[in-house]
Amino acid sequence: MVKNRINKLFDNKSENVLTVYFTAGYPELEDTLDILVELEKSGADMVEIGIPYSDPVADGPTIQESNGVALNNGISMEKIFSQLKDMRQKVDIPVVLMGYFNPVLQYGLQDFCKKCKECGVDGVIIPDLPILEYVEQYKDLFDSYDLHNMYLITPQTSEERIRMIDENTSGFIYMVSNSSITGAKKEISEEQLEYFNRIKSMNLSNPRLIGFGISDNKTYRTASEYSSGAIIGSAFIKALKGSEKNSIADRVHSFINMVKGEEVNQ
Amino acid sequence: MSKYAVDERGYYGKFGGAFIPEMLYPNVEELRTNYLEIIDDPDFQKEFRALLKDYVGRPTPLFFAKRLSEKYGAKIYLKREDLCHTGAHKVNNTIGQILLAKRLGKKKIIAETGAGQHGVATATVCALAGLECKVYMGAVDMERQKPNVERMRILGAEVIPAESGSRTLKDATNEAMRHWINNPQDTHYIIGSVVGPHPYPDMVTRFQAVISEEVKKQLKEVEGRENPDYVVACVGGGSNAAGIYYHYLDNPEVKIIAAEAAGKGVESGETAATTFKGTPGVLHGSMTLLMQTVDGQVVEPYSISAGLDYPGIGPLHAHLFESGRAQFIAVDDENSMKAGVELSRLEGIIPAVESAHAFSALDQLDLNESDVVVINLSGRGDKDLQTYINWGKY
Repeated sequence: MVKNRINKLFDNKSENVLTVYFTAGYPELEDTLDILVELEKSGADMVEIGIPYSDPVADGPTIQESNGVALNNGISMEKIFSQLKDMRQKVDIPVVLMGYFNPVLQYGLQDFCKKCKECGVDGVIIPDLPILEYVEQYKDLFDSYDLHNMYLITPQTSEERIRMIDENTSGFIYMVSNSSITGAKKEISEEQLEYFNRIKSMNLSNPRLIGFGISDNKTYRTASEYSSGAIIGSAFIKALKGSEKNSIADRVHSFINMVKGEEVNQ
Repeated sequence: MSKYAVDERGYYGKFGGAFIPEMLYPNVEELRTNYLEIIDDPDFQKEFRALLKDYVGRPTPLFFAKRLSEKYGAKIYLKREDLCHTGAHKVNNTIGQILLAKRLGKKKIIAETGAGQHGVATATVCALAGLECKVYMGAVDMERQKPNVERMRILGAEVIPAESGSRTLKDATNEAMRHWINNPQDTHYIIGSVVGPHPYPDMVTRFQAVISEEVKKQLKEVEGRENPDYVVACVGGGSNAAGIYYHYLDNPEVKIIAAEAAGKGVESGETAATTFKGTPGVLHGSMTLLMQTVDGQVVEPYSISAGLDYPGIGPLHAHLFESGRAQFIAVDDENSMKAGVELSRLEGIIPAVESAHAFSALDQLDLNESDVVVINLSGRGDKDLQTYINWGKY
């Protein structure tokens, strides 16, 4: 079996892994693949593509609004898979689908996994699928399609539960930087650094990425000091909304350059 | 062990569970591991029972509705939850949860509300307990239910408009969950119906079960038997229904009737009749029956009653439906309004539009003179006067 791209990424790179989230079908319905391609070109290491949902309770206003716009644009699970059908001819970086459980359940777990594999999706994040249900009912299925299922931990997650998540999942552990919905805070506090250190010292078997509240070069650098890298969502969605006179490619490149602290070429 | 009680994983048959992101896990887990012990504690029960008696005004009467009985050809009793303090059964649950929140050491309370009854009940118990209260309410509902917004404010609660999505109950619930995610340690979320992640459906059912507990005693006194032939209640999320069904779930001779809001008709596209139009899915933390698109996007419900326009039902009810234990009846706006006016004219009681749905279900039952029917009159209609006035046909 060919090695999963997520594992390959972390084998080759243990720091400053830049993962970017965006919502499928946003800002325009057919932007999904273009954004993905431009993200790779501009130096993102991994991409999370959000499956829009009518009731994204764990997300803040920015991502929720993008979900609503994408749904109004006509996005659907079927449409996402058709947009990603040939993506492996264009991009090499790992691609993760992130979405709430209900749309996946309605699509059918088996069909969902099969389509992911056909498109070359490497993993999924389904934050409201309880890990016990996953392990008992779905893990074998996901494993049979070589699909990683990544779980979140927060500052409130107990050590015992973190160990359990680490044992039962693969790919990476998604460290929610603070107790909040996405996009809620801008600065990284001392309390958060203490949490980052605490998790770092646990020597988990999966690599860790820090997300929620990562928005610029400073927060990206800080997160990367304490983990393998960072996940950026809301700030990128805001940048995508951007100005109409800039192309999608320009919006993507200038945002990623800003995050990486590189000179912005307009 | 009841066939219809929740199992230790929080399921009723295949429905229930706790489908929540990790950010909510510690809050929900704290509740799950503590709620039974707290509720079962004699000191808790003593305080809970005392408040139900002296503050809420329990037991609520079981009233024999003579003229209604003559009309429908059966012995019809009304469980008068409309006589509870604040005007509906909702307060039974908020009293229970506020006592629980205090024992968990919580300092702040959040809640969501649709029609405002649960919001008022929550604001009331927060005032009673001296805890800070924020109530999320859809901006559209705030406009529709102004008197309840003002009641909450007088009681000292902050009413926060939910401006996302359709700006109704579903969105108020989303916003309250977000607030809880952002404030996991000092805040308790008082969910108002038998929905949400485990243990909420079970916990709320236990607090509302005082309704059927009383009915059993009261019916024994007047009819010489504890069990009616029918218990009837309206179901939005389903808390008043869970309360009046609870002690009858394992008595198969008691027929359980659930009236759902058909809105403008089950097939009109503007309905809240979840068991008729819904399919299994996950919303607000539990696997239940849900009105949704084939893609799993939640469909906006519609009902003339702002308390019934929820796109799902509680997982207990989904299980009662699927197992055939309860019969679900769809009642449209027009017939529920007629039933509300009928009750007003026959018995001098103006029911909440929610409760009027339960009365309208009588039309669809095949009743005998000897049948004993208990209907949960879950709330009073004062808050719905404008809805009655707009309907105008009386």
